[in-house]
Amino acid sequence: MATIKRSSAFDSGLPIATVLLGVLLLWYAGAVWLNAPGAIERVLIPRGTAWGWTELVQTTLSMQRPVLPSPQQVAADFWSSLVDWPIDSPRNLLFHVAVTAHSSLLGFAMGTVLGLLLSAGIVHSRTLDRALMPWIVASQTIPVLAIAPIVLVILGSLGFSGVWPKAVIAMYLCFFPVTVAMVQGLRSPQQIDTELLYTYAASRWQAFWLLRLPAALPFLFPALRVGIAASLVGAMVAELPTGAQAGLGAKLLLGSYYGNTVAIWSALLMSALLGLALTAAVLGVERLVLRRFGGRA
Amino acid sequence: MPAPEPLDAPLAVEVRRANVIYPAADAPVHALQDIDLTVQPGEFISLIGPSGCGKTTLLRAIADLEPISSGTMLVNGVSPHAARLARSYGYVFQAPALFPWRTVLGNVLLPLHIQGRNKTESQRIAMDQLARVGLQGFEKKYPWQLSGGMQQRVSIARALAFEPRILMMDEPFGALDEITRDRLNEQLQQLWQRERRTVVFVTHSIAEAVYLSTRIVVMSPRPGRIVKVIDSTLPDERHLGLRDTPEFMALAHAVRESLADGHH
Repeated sequence: MATIKRSSAFDSGLPIATVLLGVLLLWYAGAVWLNAPGAIERVLIPRGTAWGWTELVQTTLSMQRPVLPSPQQVAADFWSSLVDWPIDSPRNLLFHVAVTAHSSLLGFAMGTVLGLLLSAGIVHSRTLDRALMPWIVASQTIPVLAIAPIVLVILGSLGFSGVWPKAVIAMYLCFFPVTVAMVQGLRSPQQIDTELLYTYAASRWQAFWLLRLPAALPFLFPALRVGIAASLVGAMVAELPTGAQAGLGAKLLLGSYYGNTVAIWSALLMSALLGLALTAAVLGVERLVLRRFGGRA
Repeated sequence: MPAPEPLDAPLAVEVRRANVIYPAADAPVHALQDIDLTVQPGEFISLIGPSGCGKTTLLRAIADLEPISSGTMLVNGVSPHAARLARSYGYVFQAPALFPWRTVLGNVLLPLHIQGRNKTESQRIAMDQLARVGLQGFEKKYPWQLSGGMQQRVSIARALAFEPRILMMDEPFGALDEITRDRLNEQLQQLWQRERRTVVFVTHSIAEAVYLSTRIVVMSPRPGRIVKVIDSTLPDERHLGLRDTPEFMALAHAVRESLADGHH
């Protein structure tokens, strides 16, 4: 295989840095523009002294409860939560990361297993295909925000509490991409491949294990990357109606209760980083596994 | 080398008045009409004919990949289905059909693995088969790292690995260039010389059919039927140079005539 020469780090680094700088500038401009009315009304006029552009900009970028906090405010709050508080304190964002990651990883694992079982059933049984597929699709048309409280009430009445209800809601979002992709992947072998196993008089189980499953792996991993991001969303949404005290979703809710926009934004930043880390972990596993299966990756 | 078949051994293939009819809205398609064919153990039979003559359908029906509409079909004295369950067929398709996630060795091991054979034993057999098709040293490669001809040789090694009673080949060299095809024809000929395994070989190349076969079955389309069965007059020991002899050319001519007759 011919290797296409990748552009050097400098070639690709410079345009990316330019885009990031542009986003940062837009953020600053947005912060000044959105916070200006509040800054004039609540800070500059009560102060009673004359003020100009410099004072206005300085004030908008360092307000107590800005409409849009400035990047350095978010960065400072984010950093302080990590270094000024012990890891087991609710003021430390990593504490919330651990809580949310726990339920989303558990939900991801459950959703992946459920998706694999459903897809294996669907490709082997026409009845299951007809009976389950419409419900699986329908399940995803209901907003998770609407179904989360119902799931929590039902599971609560059955005695499940703590991480389990949250994991179930994460699973609810995660199983869908895995199921759909695996149904397609398990059906991807060519006729000639299935006929080959037929001439060997291979059992269904052997055909599944030796042909369908390995053929489906390239379909599985992109779905797992979508699935882990979906399970993170599910886990955070599940923290809202539980009135949970811990987790990134709970942190977001608390921030909005108290109008602490800076805390909201640092929690958002942290959940974005957690999402990136989780998808990167899946990508790492994908590379390892696909290298084991075919050496081409 | 496998023990020679006892004299009272059943026919390798016995087809009596077999028909394959595909239902269609306007007129049913007669893919095979009243086929009669017997293959002795150890024969190399070629099915030759233009597209649509049913040669592949016949091969697939013998291998239980396609049902027949009427008639009887026996393989080693039992039904094709029973023969398949007894793992009698080593089937080589037109495409290599190698699993891209398995190494060359892993692909040859596949049928042995399915049969639940002992691991070290299978390993030895697979390495041996790869050496026979001239692929020693390639066992750790993946299929995409091999040329088309090498891939097809892997698929032949895979088909032979579990010592099937019958080797079924469906235009195995059809997608290869002529030079590669010649070399593989020669190797296949030597392989048959050594093992005398029953081979049913589908091709649309007259030279290939004449060079390889002990008997050539000429088929014709619409409806798919057998026009003529030609016994080879060539010696058993063959080399590529044989193709320039008058004897070879006469045989090729006879096949060509029969093919032309079938068109009328």
